[in-house]
Amino acid sequence: MRSTLLIKLLFVTSLFISNTAFASMKESEGEGEKDLKTEITEYIGHHLKDSHDFSLFSIKQEDGTKKHIGFPLPVILWDNGLKVFSSSKFHHGETVAEVDGNYYKLYHSKIYKTDASGTINYDEKHHATNEKPLDLSITKGVVMIFIVGLLMFWLFSSLAKSYAKNGSIPKGIGRFFEPIVLYIRDDIAIANIGEKRYKKYMPFLLTVFFFIWFLNMFGLTPLGVNVTGNIAVTTALAIVTFLLTNLTGTKDYWKHLFDPLGDSMPWYGKIPLYIILIPIEILGIFIKPFSLLIRLYANMQAGHIVVMSLIGLMFIFKSWIGSPLSFGLAFAISLIEILVALLQAYIFTMLSALYFGFASEEHDHAEAH
Amino acid sequence: MTIPRIVGAGLIVIGVGVGIGKIGGQAMEAIARQPEAYGKIQTAMLIAAALIEGIGFAALFATTEIEG
Amino acid sequence: MDQLIEDFSLGLFFWQSLLFICLVLLLRKFAWKPILNSVSEREEGIKNALAAAEDAKKEMQNVTADSEKLLKEARAEREAMLKEAREIKDKLIADSKEQAKAEGDKMIKQAQAAIESEKKAAVADIKSQVANLSVEIAEKVIKEQLSNKDKQLKLVEDMLGDIKLN
Repeated sequence: MRSTLLIKLLFVTSLFISNTAFASMKESEGEGEKDLKTEITEYIGHHLKDSHDFSLFSIKQEDGTKKHIGFPLPVILWDNGLKVFSSSKFHHGETVAEVDGNYYKLYHSKIYKTDASGTINYDEKHHATNEKPLDLSITKGVVMIFIVGLLMFWLFSSLAKSYAKNGSIPKGIGRFFEPIVLYIRDDIAIANIGEKRYKKYMPFLLTVFFFIWFLNMFGLTPLGVNVTGNIAVTTALAIVTFLLTNLTGTKDYWKHLFDPLGDSMPWYGKIPLYIILIPIEILGIFIKPFSLLIRLYANMQAGHIVVMSLIGLMFIFKSWIGSPLSFGLAFAISLIEILVALLQAYIFTMLSALYFGFASEEHDHAEAH
Repeated sequence: MTIPRIVGAGLIVIGVGVGIGKIGGQAMEAIARQPEAYGKIQTAMLIAAALIEGIGFAALFATTEIEG
Repeated sequence: MDQLIEDFSLGLFFWQSLLFICLVLLLRKFAWKPILNSVSEREEGIKNALAAAEDAKKEMQNVTADSEKLLKEARAEREAMLKEAREIKDKLIADSKEQAKAEGDKMIKQAQAAIESEKKAAVADIKSQVANLSVEIAEKVIKEQLSNKDKQLKLVEDMLGDIKLN
């Protein structure tokens, strides 16, 4: 009981830290001199977002400017024509990039169209109002997605080949992954979708599980990528689940959606109920994938904030008791995050399978609902 | 007088914590009573916890990120 | 929520959707299908092997039961044969004993009959001899008496002595 209480307390305090951090970040914008606290919060805020260059770390030079270690990535813009250039032109947001007579500026990880001097106009809520070109850049997140995709393809196609070569017995790393594949098949797909129809969903379930898991694990490495904690990524994943659920839905699924009570009631009794029920059911179709995307995004985001805040605390405390304490906490939370990485992949896969199960089930048991 | 948004976040965390804690506790009891139904109980528990968690996160975003 | 929507990066969404769908399709073709097929093949194989083992076990059991039965039968047969043999032996012995006894009895009877007849013959012979002797003696005695009294006596005595010697 005590340890769970501790974790809860920790969670609450970390939320406070992160939120106050965000608040102070907003306040401190525009100020010339930054103290350590705001620098850390800015760093965390920056880390949580996607970036246009793959920077590993930066060193503060003697003259006050930062030297970034990393490599630039290609920027692809659609602004009255395709424009491709290297992100090194932005100099990490410090300068304006000039391409074909247009000027672009990187501001808070987003590309805005500006004039030659790089002016950003703000509205009363301190939001930039400059025009935003359609940004299809190969960002850090895209690079990581690509790397994970290649890794998965190499890993699992070699596993598939080792079956053919080795007489249906996996070899090497396949021995680790095969039980997981079997677990997804037996305890997630077959258990939730059913013996008859699980097969057509298997490629998606397996891919999404390993994709999320690997990206979550990469997020815990010092590479500092936060792909699954990005709302665009989780939205894309949830939309695939949404489309698969509704495009493969059986007649019974739609019937259950628009006629949930079935024959248990005469039609005149159903009408007043259905005025309330059917909108709820229709809303449910969209809430299900929405909860999927929010859950994954928020969990990963929260995990990154907590770990990085605790690491940041080490530099803020600078005392012989505070720093080791926050180091220990950061370590413990990192361990929990490893579990969360697996758990979130599992939950996403599990709930997707559950929704597929709803969509593809054929009612031969009327009393079940 | 306006209540700080962070208070709302705290309330949400308390609510979600109680909810998920209750689900976990009841699931433990159920497993202790029927160890053979472990798999089914675990699945149901995770789904229920995930639903609460999802709503909790949505509410957290609503409290912390709406520009006042 | 505002911040969330503002954070939404269309580019990342586009790339993620594209790459993810490509990944699903590629992995389906090159990884998941072969993996799941070989796994289910293997499972089928294991199932079949188990079934075959079960069958073999059953067959073994049948064979053992059969051989057990055969052994039992053979044992019973042997027992029966032994019993029969013993009976035959006993019967043979009894029979031969009886036969021997009967033979013996018959021989004894025959012997007795022979002895009887010999005895009768001997007695008849002795009777006839005694008669002849008596007649001879009587003849001689009568002859002697007719010549000399002394000689007669002596003759009688000699004769008697002869008879004794006989």
